[in-house]
Amino acid sequence: MNTSFGIKWVGILLLGTATAWSGWNTGTALPDLFTFKLEGTIPSLSGKVVLVDFWASWCGPCKASFPALDSLQKDYGTRGLVILAVNQDKTGEAMKTFLAEHPVTFTALRDPENKLVATADVASMPSSYLVDRTGKIRFLHRGFHGEKTMEQYRKEIEILLQEKVGGSK
Amino acid sequence: MKIGFLILGIVVMALATLTGCSTVQPWERGTLSDYTMRSDRDPGTDSFREHVYFTREAAAGGRGVGGGGCGCN
Repeated sequence: MNTSFGIKWVGILLLGTATAWSGWNTGTALPDLFTFKLEGTIPSLSGKVVLVDFWASWCGPCKASFPALDSLQKDYGTRGLVILAVNQDKTGEAMKTFLAEHPVTFTALRDPENKLVATADVASMPSSYLVDRTGKIRFLHRGFHGEKTMEQYRKEIEILLQEKVGGSK
Repeated sequence: MKIGFLILGIVVMALATLTGCSTVQPWERGTLSDYTMRSDRDPGTDSFREHVYFTREAAAGGRGVGGGGCGCN
């Protein structure tokens, strides 16, 4: 009896630990971004392929990824791709300065309290998540590795754009 | 006996949370990745340190790891 009770406790602790480690994964739904008090205007995501990218002005690879993401937005924007770059800087000023130096055509938002990134539980910066037209996370990327990452992005975006959905998100 | 297990569970959880360690998340590493946090930011100091290290240890190098723990890539 006591042994089983102890096992229950261990189970509860392990479950708690597992829950604490869980983040966004492929197959899970993208949470409702409107509930995270993000700074900036979130465009309509209904029926769109969404690329959520977590970045910061102090992160070198994020800086390298910006022109590449911008080219993706220009190439696939009309076909239904929406890129949301969610900034994690401590101050909004740092983000503004970065965007003034590296202007982009996609949407840049700010996560002032790091709430969204905490739910995603990213392992490195930048991290990005490709979401299909139904709102399900389908692909994830850790870091930015230049042309290699771009090739993967293009391949995955093509797959998601070609999928037709009857209903809206 | 059940109360005993309850107390044990609380103690275990308290110990787990009161270890004094904290994890700096990847998105919190802005300060760590700053240039001023790099040990090799000043070539003069770097050269001096390397000289001292070489004369004392009869070995050189092994300082090729750069960055401030940004976790980028």
